[in-house]
Amino acid sequence: MLIPCPQCGPRDIREFTCKGHETYMHRPSPAAPPEAWDDHLHNRDNPAGPTREMWHHVAGCGAWLVVERNTVTHAVTGAMLAREVAR
Amino acid sequence: MAELIATSPLRDLTPITIGNVTLTEGIPGQVWAVLPWRGATEAASTALQSAHGLPFPAPGNLHKAGSTRIAWAGLDQAFLLGTTPDTALAAHAALIDQSDAWAHLVLSGPATREVLARLVPVDLAPAACPKGSARRTLLGHMSCLILHPGGDTFEILVFRSMASSAVHDLTRAMTAVAARDLRGAQTPG
Amino acid sequence: MRVSSTWQGESAASVTFTFNGQRVTGRAGDTVASALLANDIRLVGRSFKYHRPRGILTAGSEEPNALVTVGTGPDRMPNVRATVQEIYQGLEVVSQNHIGPLHRDLMAVNDVLHPFLGAGFYYKTFMWPRSFWERVYEPLIRRAAGLGALSGEAGGATSEKAYAFCDVLVIGAGITGIMAALTAAEAGADVILAEDAMVAGGQTGPQDGQIGDLAAGDWSQTRLDQLRAIPNVRVMLRTAVTGVYDDGSFAALERTGLHLPPGPDLPRETFWRIRAKQAVLATGALERPIAFPGNDRPGIMMTSAIATYAERFGVVPGRRIAVFATCDHAHRTIAALARQQGFSKLTVIDPRPDAVALGDYRLIAGAEVIGTRGRLGLREITIRKGGTEQRLEADCLGLSGGWNPSVHLTCHLGARPVWDEARAMFLPAPGAVPGLHPAGACNGTLSVAGCLREGQAAALTALRAMGRKPRAPALPDASDDPGRGRTLWAVAAKGRAWLDFANDVTTKDVKQAAQEGFTSVEHMKRYTTQGMAPDQGKSSNIGALAILADATGRTISTTGTTTFRPPFVPVTLKAMGAGAEGKGFAPERLTTSHAATLARGAPMIEAGLWYRPSYFPAKGETTWQQSCDREVRMVRATVGVVDVSTLGKIEIMGQDAGAFLDFLYTNTFSTLPVGRARYGLMLREDGHVMDDGTSARLAPEHFVMTTTTAAAGQVMAHMEFTAQALRPDLDVRFLSVTEQWAQFSVAGPLSRELMNSVLDDPIDDTAFPFMGCGAVKVHGIPARLFRISFSGERAYEIAVPARYGDALYRDLVARAEVLGGGAYGMEALNVLRLEKGFITHAEIHGRVTAFDIGMQGMLSGKKDFIGKAAAGRPGLLDPARERLVGLKPVDPDGVLTAGARLFKPEDPPEARNDQGYVTSVGQSPNLGHMIALAFLRHGPEREGHEIMMIDALRGIRTKVEVVPPVFFDREGGRARG
Repeated sequence: MLIPCPQCGPRDIREFTCKGHETYMHRPSPAAPPEAWDDHLHNRDNPAGPTREMWHHVAGCGAWLVVERNTVTHAVTGAMLAREVAR
Repeated sequence: MAELIATSPLRDLTPITIGNVTLTEGIPGQVWAVLPWRGATEAASTALQSAHGLPFPAPGNLHKAGSTRIAWAGLDQAFLLGTTPDTALAAHAALIDQSDAWAHLVLSGPATREVLARLVPVDLAPAACPKGSARRTLLGHMSCLILHPGGDTFEILVFRSMASSAVHDLTRAMTAVAARDLRGAQTPG
Repeated sequence: MRVSSTWQGESAASVTFTFNGQRVTGRAGDTVASALLANDIRLVGRSFKYHRPRGILTAGSEEPNALVTVGTGPDRMPNVRATVQEIYQGLEVVSQNHIGPLHRDLMAVNDVLHPFLGAGFYYKTFMWPRSFWERVYEPLIRRAAGLGALSGEAGGATSEKAYAFCDVLVIGAGITGIMAALTAAEAGADVILAEDAMVAGGQTGPQDGQIGDLAAGDWSQTRLDQLRAIPNVRVMLRTAVTGVYDDGSFAALERTGLHLPPGPDLPRETFWRIRAKQAVLATGALERPIAFPGNDRPGIMMTSAIATYAERFGVVPGRRIAVFATCDHAHRTIAALARQQGFSKLTVIDPRPDAVALGDYRLIAGAEVIGTRGRLGLREITIRKGGTEQRLEADCLGLSGGWNPSVHLTCHLGARPVWDEARAMFLPAPGAVPGLHPAGACNGTLSVAGCLREGQAAALTALRAMGRKPRAPALPDASDDPGRGRTLWAVAAKGRAWLDFANDVTTKDVKQAAQEGFTSVEHMKRYTTQGMAPDQGKSSNIGALAILADATGRTISTTGTTTFRPPFVPVTLKAMGAGAEGKGFAPERLTTSHAATLARGAPMIEAGLWYRPSYFPAKGETTWQQSCDREVRMVRATVGVVDVSTLGKIEIMGQDAGAFLDFLYTNTFSTLPVGRARYGLMLREDGHVMDDGTSARLAPEHFVMTTTTAAAGQVMAHMEFTAQALRPDLDVRFLSVTEQWAQFSVAGPLSRELMNSVLDDPIDDTAFPFMGCGAVKVHGIPARLFRISFSGERAYEIAVPARYGDALYRDLVARAEVLGGGAYGMEALNVLRLEKGFITHAEIHGRVTAFDIGMQGMLSGKKDFIGKAAAGRPGLLDPARERLVGLKPVDPDGVLTAGARLFKPEDPPEARNDQGYVTSVGQSPNLGHMIALAFLRHGPEREGHEIMMIDALRGIRTKVEVVPPVFFDREGGRARG
């Protein structure tokens, strides 16, 4: 798999680690009900098709990315810096 | 007062020549990480330009002005090589000394790219990695920064603690590449 | 029989090797197979199940029969295809699958027993009694099962892995691939041309007439020489592309040095990872065998193989050669061979009544081969024409049942090939692999002109996909007639007709599988083992599923194929794992004190990738325990020095640095005064402890954090995630400085005296109180000093730029020795921290909370931080949880072990009664007994209780008393001084 790092260009998957679904970067407010935190921490869909995941270019530039990919075709359709998404 | 003697991480490990490729230690110099403050990349670049005659590099770039160089080294990160950063830069960027953090290897010779192709998962051919490139990637299992000043020379910066492993892996790759010529096996590329 | 001694037009040197100990002389450039055939050796091995005599079926990597073991000692390789292995002086080759000599295999009795050994034999026979499975049946079957074996010796010549990048990867250097490579190269693209064989040209030969001005058989080599001269082309012969992966990734195996004697430096194989923007598939087609009774004897081989041995090696594989062919292509081949030396008595048997001879050979049209004779090699064939049978003397029989396109690589991403009824072939599914363009014979196109045309077209498609605007040069003139043929999967005749030669699967086995309900092709495969041998059924799968389709009354199209998976040819684990042997397994991280530590005789232990001293043996000490005890007492009495550079050190700067740390840590750092350090606890978002360590404030907007050695990488990634994905609003920058600073802990009552002997300006407890920090100078070198303690003693950590680490460590240890102290290692460090109840990742192992380790008081109520919400969950605050305690043996001589479980003394030691577990133990020389940290249900509430520690693994039971986790200097006065 190639991940198109916005900083480094397309790079082999071996340079990256995957944290999981994009959910991780959308943190509930501290006062959110337990159900919201439960969803944030534990509940994930298992989509057959497009998904958005957090990948870390740990053996590259160090950027955290939101990677759009298709779990059926393995096609990677985009990658953005997480901080651009967070804004 | 006793004097502390400085020691290189590559002491006793280099130089090594195998076939037409030579591995040497780079000239130990100053290495300073320049990390522009939030939203201050342009200001930092301007300050770098006026103090050192170098811009803050775009991703993948290495610039040179006299004996001073600056290499892109990651997200919001560049390494100023060969000098101590001007104090005026501190207003625009975090400045962190990295002079002792890296083992600085220089690989040169006609088969350099073939040697690195044994260890580095990025394309270092001239079209993909022209003169003046900087790449954060892997050397075997090690995180590294590769600089390409031009020609058949590549500089490889690995963590100081991993110097002997880097030399080990590079030596093995150099041996394997050289053996193709010696044994008459094909040498693709 | 050798009829020509030239190799590619030049006279070749003779090369001697051994086959089963017998000296065999071949020519440079020979494969084992061609050399054996040149010496009239037809019997090469025994079959897997029936131990039938077997010879050489093919001339390529698809070979199912001629698997041999080559080499000796650690370089021994089993299951090597004799058709691929090139000979070299001194090569040792032995045959496989027999007990006793090859020509008198004791296991050949299996062939007599064949009525009992059909499909499903193992499943039916070795079922009962169950107790026989592992003790009787498995050893029996394993002994009987064939194939070669590794030597079991480590070492030997190495292999390597490498990366390659290109614009266009062309897979196969037959005429299609060469045309594609030329087209792409002329357009300026960076091209890799990979070819499995040691020469280019594929199946093209004299039967294909002219290509432009050149004989078709010479065209490829001529053009290959041109390609080699183009700088943007890399030609990789002896390189099989073995797998197709996502985004233009390909695996390929190069037989780099397998054709040469093993040596110390040249890799045996190179496992390539190739990244191509576009690719052209030009893998050609494999000739299709025909199933008829006795079609597996040595001497029976593919007609294309006969042509290859003749054209490439100057070898005629028989004296009386017959060919059983169903297509015009084979007739052209025979006609071309008939013009050559050694092929004077050719007979072709063709089932088509209207077949016509195309040259000087005897044709029996409208006839079929229905039987063969010859115990260790073909002697005679039986031909049926109309109602009559006749016998014909033959020691070599060629088979030509048409062609199976090599579509395998198009299936590696999940696509299924499509059956083309008109051409009776499986063809690549359109768009099967994005960016991979099939052309030529692998795409079902068999004419010479068609292959050239498709090779060029595929290259043009690839170039356009890259945004180039290539021109299409004129193609050379060539024949555009693919010829006609008839499909004949199996001859209707009595007797065993082989499909899968490697696994001994016959047409009867496939029919039986269908009868017994295994009608799905995937079920048939597993029931009969069709296609499951090392050749993966390259020559037999299509025939087998045609028989299955017939037996189940379905079409081939609806029957479908089994799944083609990587690798296309066998790949040794040695090649896949190349580079990871020995020191290549993982980098070694060495501290600046490594050399000085080794010089003091300290055994090293691994801490992640780092190497740290275990203990420093002193004169007269014979056990590690003696050294450890001495070092512990030394630190408590005088002063000890230990390298702590392996701890993660992260420099954090910026106007929001304090706020950032407040968000990372459970406790508050924004209020920490400059010049002070504070212990901090870091949680994961799920409320469990991630790491701990101290962070020091060097300036208002400048902190330096320490992490544990084990979690340094994880913490750095966590901080990058936090800064980039959760709090991009904060203006903070940070960088690991672990490698920049060599840091040494100087601990013990005399630590300040030692520090003051190396510092330019002496310190006192006012300038450097407990948890103080600041800039100092050591022997004139700017350094950082932290008064922090992991031993419970007065202690300092001094950090200098790493280049001075070696010198400072030697200096500190020498000065410590003058004061009655010295260096100490990890064993002593562990005991010192255990005596103080300080935790490590043995305790914060990922499943414990701040509450569990008694640090819930560090969870700030005044601010948000990572893990705060989750840490407040009632289940994580349950007093019944396993919580940190200290343990000491009731009998001072009692033994404590890490990993042991805890039970109430009155309970049976069963899982349901489990009360907790021991995480760390050590022998305390200060207390005179062992001590432990443990997690115990209701832990702190049970102080003073007696508990049973049971280590079932080591057979240890020790009664222990629950005590507070701090065993020594509970008030902490020694560290604060």
